[in-house]
Amino acid sequence: MLEVRGLEVHYGGICAVRGVDLDVAAGEKVALIGANGAGKTSTLKAIARMLPARGSVKLSGEAIEHAPPHLLVRKGLALVPEGRGVFARLSVLENLEMGAYVRDDKAVVDADIERVFGLLPRLKERAGQTAGTLSGGEQQMVAIGRALMSRPRILLLDEPSMGLSPIMVDTVFDVIREVAREGVTLLLVEQNARLALSLCDRGCVMDGGEITLSAPAAELLDNPAVRAAYLGE
Amino acid sequence: MSVDPKLKARLGVVLIGVALAVLPFVVGASFGNSWVRIIDFALLYIMLALGLNIVVGFAGLLDLGYIAFYAVGAYLYALLSSPHLAIAFPQVFAAAPGWPVWAVLPLGALVAGLFGVLLGAPTLKLRGDYLAIVTLGFGEIIRIFLNNLNAPANITNGPQGINNIAAAQIGGHALNRPLELFGVMVPGVHLQYYFFLALTLLVIFVCLRLQDSRLGRAWVAIREDEVAARACGINTRNVKLLAFGLGATFGGVAGGLFAGFQGFVSPESFGLLESIMVLCMVVLGGMGNIAGVILGAVLLALLPEALRWGAVPLQQTLFGKVLIDPESLRLLLFGIALVVVMRWRPAGLWPSALRKRELAAHGEAA
Repeated sequence: MLEVRGLEVHYGGICAVRGVDLDVAAGEKVALIGANGAGKTSTLKAIARMLPARGSVKLSGEAIEHAPPHLLVRKGLALVPEGRGVFARLSVLENLEMGAYVRDDKAVVDADIERVFGLLPRLKERAGQTAGTLSGGEQQMVAIGRALMSRPRILLLDEPSMGLSPIMVDTVFDVIREVAREGVTLLLVEQNARLALSLCDRGCVMDGGEITLSAPAAELLDNPAVRAAYLGE
Repeated sequence: MSVDPKLKARLGVVLIGVALAVLPFVVGASFGNSWVRIIDFALLYIMLALGLNIVVGFAGLLDLGYIAFYAVGAYLYALLSSPHLAIAFPQVFAAAPGWPVWAVLPLGALVAGLFGVLLGAPTLKLRGDYLAIVTLGFGEIIRIFLNNLNAPANITNGPQGINNIAAAQIGGHALNRPLELFGVMVPGVHLQYYFFLALTLLVIFVCLRLQDSRLGRAWVAIREDEVAARACGINTRNVKLLAFGLGATFGGVAGGLFAGFQGFVSPESFGLLESIMVLCMVVLGGMGNIAGVILGAVLLALLPEALRWGAVPLQQTLFGKVLIDPESLRLLLFGIALVVVMRWRPAGLWPSALRKRELAAHGEAA
């Protein structure tokens, strides 16, 4: 589904991502874990074309590294940006409608809103409320729901647990698990390595702008080096 | 007996229509035709403020050089409807171009719109203060060009400006001349009023449609969060350029009307203070809310005239002499009004639902 080769991101003279190769198969759930500043978010942003980058990115065999970012949604790639980025002054419902911006079949969009509300019942209760007044976890749900409104084939999630209480993190991850069960491919960037690995099929460890280790999630959870560095044991 | 709300709404529209139709006659009879002229100017300001509202209110891009588009529209009209070109370039133009108003106004709108895109293109990545500074610079560049483009080729006639601009002609009748209609003499300012009113209503209609359109939604999304807007599949570059372009278009139309109405244009009319004045109309009235912006434009356009009319006699009866010149009083009151409104009604006199929500949210957070 997603094929990344030799991805490089530079911020001025600093090289944040140094030649990352990454494959995500259809239906797979892949976690990108690593310390602060390892280049995880930059990798994700570069794939979503929110950052200028070098290297090749293919989505279902089609090269997208030169496609304008707003067209990626139409091609089935949706990004839930870091820090959620909800439209704070729009209502929850309006946020979801913005997610369907690229679609024009009103009836199907309405059905999809109901589907998202089914998945995230909390949002239905707050449909008319301004997104900025919601709690952090609820805002994360809005951001995920909004991304789902474009009917993505692959969903890129950037730190969905950031700034959330442990209970809220569990709720949000349950939602993500539910989304994946419906057949959406996942690429998840996460600080919380244990949680990410327990959800995903495969994990990639990033360090210093490179992927240093890539293995099935269960294996990484047992890997002593990973346990010591990222699981705090 | 209950009244059908739909019928009530229709009745309201009819009443407003009648009021607007007889307004110049009532005002002209009771206060004199100079007040009709002031109302004409207020209509121009409504158009300008609504145009700026697209850029500032809808898309959230702070533009301090908006008057430049007004200037572009005004000068284009002036060049095409005055003998200036024929005098300055006799070898090219045998006579004054004298284009019909229905060709000049859309052309002015188009050219102003192009200038809007021209301003938008290099500022796409700027926001807030930085954008404000660049737009301010752009406005000044246009004004300085108008001031200096009299040499080597005399295009704008420099600081002296262009005069002898022909008034708009509709159906072969120049709008600055009185027209006898069913035995009633309708003065020129009244005719201009109806002409401006029709175009203002058109502008209001376009604004209302834009607000609820896909494009309007995209502007709101960009104002809220640009990255998220892009992640939703919005082409942020084009949508921003459209905001600049469409906003400028309205400015261009208003500029053309101004030139035809005034009969004279000079760079002086397009200074930074005018840009700020229009911005104040938008902010004071209620950024993003069409009705609020109209209110702001009317208030700020009428306030100085009301002062000029009332301040001198009032001071004479109170103190026996004129202590403060109404012109200086104007800026003073203007400043006080802004401070008062921003302190107690920060979202404007008639805020949009969206702004109200934002401030309510801030209140809760604090």
